[in-house]
Amino acid sequence: MRPTLFKNARLLDPASRLDAKGGILVRDGRIAEIGPQLFVDAIQDDVEVVDCAGRCLAPGLVDMRVQTREPGEEHMETLASLQAAAVAGGVTTVATLPNTSPIIDDISILEFVERLAQEVGMVNVHPYAAATKGLKGQEMTEIGLLSASGAVGFTDGVKAIADAQVMRRLLSYATMFGRVVIQHPEDPTLAREGCATEGEIATRLGLPGIPACAEVMMIERDLRLVRLTGGRYHAAHVSTADAIDAIRRAKADGLDVTCDTAPQYFALNELAIVDYRTFALMSPPLRAESDRQAVAAGVADGTVDAIASDHNPEDQDAKRVPFTQAVPGAVGLETLLPVSLGLVHDGAMTLLDLIDRLTVRPARILGLEVGTLARGSWADLAIFEPDRAVRIDAHRFRSKSKNSPFDGKPVQGRVWRTVYRGRTVFDLDAEEPRTRREPADA
Amino acid sequence: MPGGTPYNGALMTSAISPGPATALSDGTRYPYRHLLGIEGLSRLDIDFLLDRADGFVEQNRQVDKKASTLRGRTLINLFFENSTRTRTSFELAGKRLGGDVINMSVSTSSIKKGETLIDTAMTLNAMHPDALVVRHSESGAVHLLAEKVNCSVVNAGDGSHEHPTQALLDALTIRRRKGHLEGLEVAICGDVVHSRVARSNIHLLSIMGARVRVVAPPTLLPSGIDRFGVEVHHDMERGLAGCDIVMMLRLQTERMKGSFVPSIREYFRYYGLDEDKLRAAKPDALIMHPGPMNRGVEIDSVVADDIARSLIREQVEMGVAVRMAVLEILVTNQTEPWAKNQ
Repeated sequence: MRPTLFKNARLLDPASRLDAKGGILVRDGRIAEIGPQLFVDAIQDDVEVVDCAGRCLAPGLVDMRVQTREPGEEHMETLASLQAAAVAGGVTTVATLPNTSPIIDDISILEFVERLAQEVGMVNVHPYAAATKGLKGQEMTEIGLLSASGAVGFTDGVKAIADAQVMRRLLSYATMFGRVVIQHPEDPTLAREGCATEGEIATRLGLPGIPACAEVMMIERDLRLVRLTGGRYHAAHVSTADAIDAIRRAKADGLDVTCDTAPQYFALNELAIVDYRTFALMSPPLRAESDRQAVAAGVADGTVDAIASDHNPEDQDAKRVPFTQAVPGAVGLETLLPVSLGLVHDGAMTLLDLIDRLTVRPARILGLEVGTLARGSWADLAIFEPDRAVRIDAHRFRSKSKNSPFDGKPVQGRVWRTVYRGRTVFDLDAEEPRTRREPADA
Repeated sequence: MPGGTPYNGALMTSAISPGPATALSDGTRYPYRHLLGIEGLSRLDIDFLLDRADGFVEQNRQVDKKASTLRGRTLINLFFENSTRTRTSFELAGKRLGGDVINMSVSTSSIKKGETLIDTAMTLNAMHPDALVVRHSESGAVHLLAEKVNCSVVNAGDGSHEHPTQALLDALTIRRRKGHLEGLEVAICGDVVHSRVARSNIHLLSIMGARVRVVAPPTLLPSGIDRFGVEVHHDMERGLAGCDIVMMLRLQTERMKGSFVPSIREYFRYYGLDEDKLRAAKPDALIMHPGPMNRGVEIDSVVADDIARSLIREQVEMGVAVRMAVLEILVTNQTEPWAKNQ
């Protein structure tokens, strides 16, 4: 493959705190040179030149919480459609939850999924393995063997690890292999039957509520166990001010804990569910406005380490039912960047800090050497236009599922090109003619 | 957050009520095609419905009760949850207006065969009914159905959300007895958390200027109920003190998942309406219950059957009149270009 020069870009590399005009040279799939003074004539002639025309060039995004539906429910998402959706969203590394069918709780299934993902080969797919066998919350999986086979972390996916003794042993044991234990932090007994955050809105709609404290209760218990065991703990999709405060205090005390949130928790509040909009049904449920603001502030000040899409493909049948019977969750790979950019456009944080939460920070949590523009690293790149106004159109998602609470919403920012190991895997210009034709076809 | 104002721009905000209802209301018409809930209606809308219903009360007491307003119109009672009184009341209402009424209940429908709610709605819609009267065990199910059909939809009770015709018939009953709703002190007692009747009544009575208290143990009160503009009491006698109307709610054991009260015996001791507790209310206070009653659970038979004070039978009578008014108005509105989806 010819070397490629991406020139005339705004380089964003949070790992080195670089935010400057310049270019990068990619050779053999890796970053060969990076700098402000890279001109095409300064290097050899046999170079393909991509003029970024002032667009932002960042490491490919690292999405640490994605659900695939392959194996098991391929009509909702395959590993191929998942990767197509990822690259359309500028994402080049995903970590996938083990709640497939069969469940990823055994090395043979783990390796099968890794192989299927590699055959597509558009992004890095790193599966998590189940923390407990069958996601039942009782018996530990083979953490050592699964780690050796590539599991980047252990989690029971969308279920909380409720038993304190089980959690304690997981934290102790996984530390031996340097793996993180990821919790869906919600007390399952308080969450039982609930589908909205308890309070005025849920009461008006007549929906069974879950008290917001169900989140912080589980996190505070787990933090005690982290103190006891010295384990590595990560709280997924934190959504309340109290939870973020608890994690902020734990970090100040020197505990090895991290957390992520999903864009819906800083871009939407519980008002999104009025009129029984099942597309805004999430787990955990959308929160009060004060919690939304706290999540945004937590992302901005870094208490929330990462933004993950919590990509959760569901078919129409799961959503076109009464609210209490609907399945929670939203696809998010293709809206991760534009919705997150809202934090920058609203002046809550710098663009470089936002890219930090979307690239190198989640990569470090998982121990992956991606998410930087360092010389010698794989050239996984997201080139995007941060200010471009677009209206989210779920029907154009590459994901097989279209369940998005952001459908129809105006946002700013879109991906122009995604590069994986030096190869362009998404090119908006190549897509454009197709998208332009669509309205006429309709 | 260091150095900056808190991030304040939610990407999506939306109002709770179904839009600026008051702008549509002028007291000469009910502005919607559906009746899905009381929340969002205006005082003028409610008065309009009650006035029309009042007119049907006399008609229902005649030997010949039949009108022909809805002749040739098809009304379907679609009940996904068991009901005798509400279904019968709607059936009578439809028939007395001259409409053709069909009853569908869950035991005879294809829901049991796995058909989805939307498929059922589409199937019925294809038969061109003029109104669907729907009861469902899940909150919001009737809204979902209303989005999918062309005809008028009446919510006959959805989950713990709303039961608008019950609130209207309660209001008509009170209005005929007391002459007005404004300024009355109304105590709603019992299983508020599971009660769609309570929610609809709280909305309606507040809109009409009555003062509402809810009386229940904390485990039977939904979170945020204080934001509804009601007074909250846990002590029955204090809650009933000086009130004009005592509305009892049925203890909905079938909706209870988990333990809400320790025993029926204890519940009756603290929250069952008997003559003792009733003494706290005004001497001419009236007693209401949406039925079916659990005698000896939330209400003592002596009080329930006190013909001087109990409005329970009158409520049933008003039910038919209110449902006639609602069906007539909605079906007539269907062809009006100004009628909006609620």
